[in-house]
Amino acid sequence: MKIAVASGKGGTGKSTFAANLALSLSKSNDVVLVDCDVEEPNLHLFFDAEHEESEVTVPVPVVDPGKCTFCGKCGDFCQYGAITVLKDDILILMDLCHSCGGCRIVCPYDAITEVPRVIGKVRDSQPDEHLRLVTGVLNEGETHAPVVIQMAKALAGSTPTPAGAVFEHQFRELVCSMADVTIYDSSPGIACPVIETVEGADYVVLVTESTPFGIHDLELAIGVVEKLGIPAGVVINRSDGLDEMTEELCRRHSLEIIMRIPFDRRIAGVQNRGGLFSQDMPEWQGRFTDLYHHIRETGGGGA
Amino acid sequence: MKICVTAKGDSLDSQAEMRFGRSPFFIVIDEESGASSAIKNEYADAAGGVGPRSAQVLISNGVQVLITGQLGGNAQRAIEAAGIEVYQYRSDGTVNDALKQYRDGSLTRIL
Ligand code: SF4
Ligand code: SF4
Repeated sequence: MKIAVASGKGGTGKSTFAANLALSLSKSNDVVLVDCDVEEPNLHLFFDAEHEESEVTVPVPVVDPGKCTFCGKCGDFCQYGAITVLKDDILILMDLCHSCGGCRIVCPYDAITEVPRVIGKVRDSQPDEHLRLVTGVLNEGETHAPVVIQMAKALAGSTPTPAGAVFEHQFRELVCSMADVTIYDSSPGIACPVIETVEGADYVVLVTESTPFGIHDLELAIGVVEKLGIPAGVVINRSDGLDEMTEELCRRHSLEIIMRIPFDRRIAGVQNRGGLFSQDMPEWQGRFTDLYHHIRETGGGGA
Repeated sequence: MKICVTAKGDSLDSQAEMRFGRSPFFIVIDEESGASSAIKNEYADAAGGVGPRSAQVLISNGVQVLITGQLGGNAQRAIEAAGIEVYQYRSDGTVNDALKQYRDGSLTRIL
């Protein structure tokens, strides 16, 4: 089963939830945790282990100045404005290129070829016997987060490798679809990297806090999962036990509150140390496992 | 020399437009012949890449001087590579007014 963990904004404890869920489930399942927050991956901070790494590249065009007549067809074609045809030169703004390959096809003089450009990397590690961590990392200044997310999900074995993409590095083994549970930790917010992460998941866990800001961002996130038509449930972090506004919102959207993590000094203490509370407070492992079974029953997702 | 002024309408009396990439029209004035023409900006409402694509329109039309309010970063890269000079006009006057100020030398060159 594939579970995506998302939140309308940062700082709700989304990553901590994902890490605790992964750790707890790995006591009785094979778990792959995928850090899809590629601009700021942080799950490796909880699970220290050696990793293997592969660069992620995208094909970008290069122009052969000997063949190019500066006819302008490629620039007209590129809807992203990545190619500007000057009088006797061509300017390619690599960061705007979406690697569609169209310019190469429309060039009447065969002047365009494609070369790989590195935009990030994916890492694979095995912090525990039944827990694998796959991390996507987008290089600084790069914008194509979805490509790195796709590659991380592919490396996790949960989705096919995107067309045209190759791993530069030969990983030990691509443990394709061997895991019982795959957990995608998405970036905060509702922008396209979040959509890329959540797409294909069987269930989405929305992590929120009971503050007025939290409510607003939660509502936006709910809008996204509703549009994608994926079953979802809400986890309230640092809950005061009442959470009236969140409850009201969930009622309106027929969403179930599947867990409340209380505002608790012990939990806060563990987290301040950078630890995982389900490790220090093993009773939580049972709660996370029950939650997983509940998700399986209500989410209707496959194995 | 060809000068381009970004404009909300299609004539010299139209109000000048502050934005470059999303400018509805480009008014191109040929300083030698005195002729002017309006190019409708197809990319004014496009989703992405409007800056460099609009720059391409100027380049393809042989424009050497651009008068506009502001340029986005990507447009700037393309305009700079093409060697087009850019002067900033930030009042809400007409294209003619912008041209006059340019000829008087009272516009700041920003690129
Ligand atoms: S389409 Fe080909 S020949 Fe024409 S400008 Fe582009 S690269 Fe040059
Ligand atoms: S590959 Fe596609 S997006 Fe990239 S420059 Fe060519 S046409 Fe533009």
